[in-house]
Amino acid sequence: MNNVFPIRITVNGETHEVRASPSATLLEVLREKIGLTGTKHGCNHGVCGACTVLIGDKLARSCLALAADIGERKVTTVEGIAAGRELSAVQRALIESGAIQCGFCTPGFVIALTHLFAHNPRPDRETIRAALSGNLCRCSGYVKIVGAAERLAEARP
Amino acid sequence: MEFISPTTLDEAYRALTGDEARCLAGGQSLVAMMNLGLVSPSRLVSLRKIESLRGITPRPGGSVRIGAMTTHAELAALDVPNAAVTLLASAARVVAYPAVRMQGTLGGSIAHADPAADYPVALTAAEAEIEIGSRYGTRTVPVCGFFRGMFETTLQQGEIVIAIVLPPAAPGVGAAYEKLSIVAGDFAIASVAAMVGNTANIAIGGCGPKPLFAAGIGVTEDALSAAGKRLAEECDPPSDQRASEGYRRKIIPTLVRRAVRKAQTGIKAPQ
Repeated sequence: MNNVFPIRITVNGETHEVRASPSATLLEVLREKIGLTGTKHGCNHGVCGACTVLIGDKLARSCLALAADIGERKVTTVEGIAAGRELSAVQRALIESGAIQCGFCTPGFVIALTHLFAHNPRPDRETIRAALSGNLCRCSGYVKIVGAAERLAEARP
Repeated sequence: MEFISPTTLDEAYRALTGDEARCLAGGQSLVAMMNLGLVSPSRLVSLRKIESLRGITPRPGGSVRIGAMTTHAELAALDVPNAAVTLLASAARVVAYPAVRMQGTLGGSIAHADPAADYPVALTAAEAEIEIGSRYGTRTVPVCGFFRGMFETTLQQGEIVIAIVLPPAAPGVGAAYEKLSIVAGDFAIASVAAMVGNTANIAIGGCGPKPLFAAGIGVTEDALSAAGKRLAEECDPPSDQRASEGYRRKIIPTLVRRAVRKAQTGIKAPQ
């Protein structure tokens, strides 16, 4: 049996104290202890990208991060991307381009694109495709997702 | 399970006593294996807060020491006029996906020793050395003595990979890493790392339990073709979901030639 111990973790600017097993992943803690179910549980071994979050300013698979190892680093999930009820430019671009089918992969794509545009405001198609290479869409809706990112890049000054 | 997050190597060595204690570096292989139920360590010792495992340091004499907790993304961004560094950076750029590259580490990857991973091949061709620490001191092993087999290294219980040392830049030497995979970010079907001057040093990955190394290969078309065929026979490729053994043997000569020719384009003209 795994023992349970207290973990303090800051997600989307809010600090939570949870009790979890030291082997609990960040994904498990986000969804089951904190109730943030926007981050999706897909493959659970780092292949699909549905659980992508930001740890500090770095992309991360939340299924491959242990909650106990997050420490002082601040976590941002898809729930923390919008400013209140105001969707971010990435989120609006995906909606306006119809770049959503079943929606299961969307939170991971939102995080990956948010990270990309934070570091490169005008990425070209190849850069966008490389940045999204770790996110699977099983509806295979990649064309519209890449198109949404390209239109957002073109709209930037 | 216990979780310990020391801030110094000495604390980490003390925490690593016991058979089922494991180091946690970036977690990109270990946590996946834990999730799949393949390993269940009784104690995890996180290396994340140990500052001495970070940093890239040029050393007197021109070698370069790279801390074990350096991430793939940090290595991918390196731009140093040293073919061994160029080779490692080229390999780092094709390890998995962006999110994995920002978390996964050099030391974690080589300690895991996946035969289809990118660093074992690159480090073999670069003739790197691995610094290993434990409570009894530090030892340095050449990379050819580090990888022992599939997921097997020379690491003993209680030891930690603390750094990788790349040899000094050699004038007139270029490097390249050629990887064939089904999709970007997957493990290699086969990969070839080459360090090329007047002759080529070549390592082959994904085609046996550990990298296959060949030094002093001629770089004419005929010599390369002969070496490619010989290496394709000498290696011990698996048949798996990615490709058959026969397919792997067939593509090795092509990958060898591509790697060597690409490495030659990176050779700096003498001043």
